[in-house]
Amino acid sequence: MASYFNEEFETLPRAALEALQLKRLQAVLARVSANVPFYRNSLAQAGVKPQDIRSLADLQRLPFTTKQDMRDSYPYGLFAAPMEEIVRIHASSGTTGKPTVVGYTQQDIAVWTELMARSFVAAGAHKGDIIHNAYGYGLFTGGLGAHYGAEKLGASVIPISGGNTKRQIMIMQDFGSTVLTCTPSYSLYLAEEAAAEGVDIKTSKLRVGIFGAEPWSEAMRAEIEANLGLDAIDIYGLSEIMGPGVAIECIEAKQGLHIWEDHFIPEIINPETGQPVADGEKGELVITTITKQGIPLIRYRTRDITSIDRTPCVCGRTHGRIARLSGRSDDMLIIRGVNVFPSQIESILVRIEGVEPHYLLIVDRRDNLDTLEVQVEVNEGMFSDEIKVLQSLGRRIEKEIKDMLGVTSTVKLVEPKTIQRSEGKARRVQDNRNL
Amino acid sequence: MQVEQISIFIENKSGRLAEITRILGETGINIRALSLADTSDFGILRLIVNDVERAKVVLKEKGFTVNKTEVVAVEVPDKPGGLSTILQSLDRDRINVEYMYAFVERCGGNAVIIFRFDETDKAIASLAANGFTILAGERLYSM
Ligand SMILES: [Zn+2]
Repeated sequence: MASYFNEEFETLPRAALEALQLKRLQAVLARVSANVPFYRNSLAQAGVKPQDIRSLADLQRLPFTTKQDMRDSYPYGLFAAPMEEIVRIHASSGTTGKPTVVGYTQQDIAVWTELMARSFVAAGAHKGDIIHNAYGYGLFTGGLGAHYGAEKLGASVIPISGGNTKRQIMIMQDFGSTVLTCTPSYSLYLAEEAAAEGVDIKTSKLRVGIFGAEPWSEAMRAEIEANLGLDAIDIYGLSEIMGPGVAIECIEAKQGLHIWEDHFIPEIINPETGQPVADGEKGELVITTITKQGIPLIRYRTRDITSIDRTPCVCGRTHGRIARLSGRSDDMLIIRGVNVFPSQIESILVRIEGVEPHYLLIVDRRDNLDTLEVQVEVNEGMFSDEIKVLQSLGRRIEKEIKDMLGVTSTVKLVEPKTIQRSEGKARRVQDNRNL
Repeated sequence: MQVEQISIFIENKSGRLAEITRILGETGINIRALSLADTSDFGILRLIVNDVERAKVVLKEKGFTVNKTEVVAVEVPDKPGGLSTILQSLDRDRINVEYMYAFVERCGGNAVIIFRFDETDKAIASLAANGFTILAGERLYSM
């Protein structure tokens, strides 16, 4: 029997859920057109008034909001509530230039806290659990988002944040942590480091791991569950929309992430045309926040690629499930018909090296076949005085890429600082194909 | 009884070896022994130098990936089959040699071979028990 944090809303029949979505959508549209000049203009340009939206299908008449719109409104331009009502500000790291800034009212924090608590319960956590929260605390939403939800649940939170892995392993054992929250690659790194210290993390009290903030795969889930001896649950969130807890897998099915549809309306669109795709088809996830006050977003292009399944789930929750994220729409490479995201290769490398690697993906086409070369800078941690060790490292990376992404690659080990860096950030992809 | 060796990762492109020897030469570091192992893509340069720490620092400053490894220097009897007797002795004790190379200078008329073992302590015990002469680092760096 599944347990819920808020049974009434988590199992609301679809018809009632959709009626609630429409009512809330109309309310948020009225709010943004009254309070946010950006939306007043974009709705006017699209020739739509809030009162024109009479069904959920009308959502498609509304213009999209993009990350660029958020940058252009830096820092507070999209806020719909006066600063006196904003109680918290977070920002996502800007890979180029300024970060994107989000503000939360007291009510936004309460909603986030509840959705995170719901997510913990869906993942199999409960009151009495000791939650080892290794997401970073700070401007990044991960740490504080999970923290508030865990407290609301009535669990004991260890706000360990990121870093200092040896100390993490000690505290995890001594404090009897039962739930781990961090990135999936960090969980594997923790297990490896623990093994190096002579600690078998499988024998710890950890029962559930809630992993997010980077794309991962079913193969990686199997590896994490085997190496850490816990149920590995996928969580999704992004600071623009809220933070962690936008969607989560239920432990009963581990088959797609329930997106909390009483607060968000998800759509899946073709990223090229902007047109909706059918349920089950892959496309870009677009989210409208229907209860947010600080910075409500209408049809926000997340750039995350997924599909949606609205069929009933064994856990009894009625909220649709998005498929495990398969990457970002803006840096996706198609290699021999397979979608490959640099972030996926990065997480494989992080896992193998235990450090942030410098790498470059070189895509080419020879004899009408796409080729992928992965250049990896050899750092001290992976270097050995023995040829066979370096060769097997290269083969291991090739195998992991093949197993996890289904793409054949050639790994080339290169000297440090040979991969070009621009503004301190490495260029990750060089596509030499003339398509 | 171990000797410190530094190893350096190099890509197989022209001039890298010259670059490393130039950097060490300009710093006044003497290369006592050298071995290069390579594949079609990359190589590993292994060096015995007279100032290990300093060599490591200057090479790292120049952006090279450098590691330090413990190896064993053994005197090889100056007679036919000298090396063979060492290898046979190691084999009897089931000690695996990862790689080996010759030292430039001779020691009292004998050749010196640098060995890299996977189980260094066990190898040293075996060599000593079988009467072979192992050279200490300080002796070797200053030879
Ligand atoms: Zn479910």
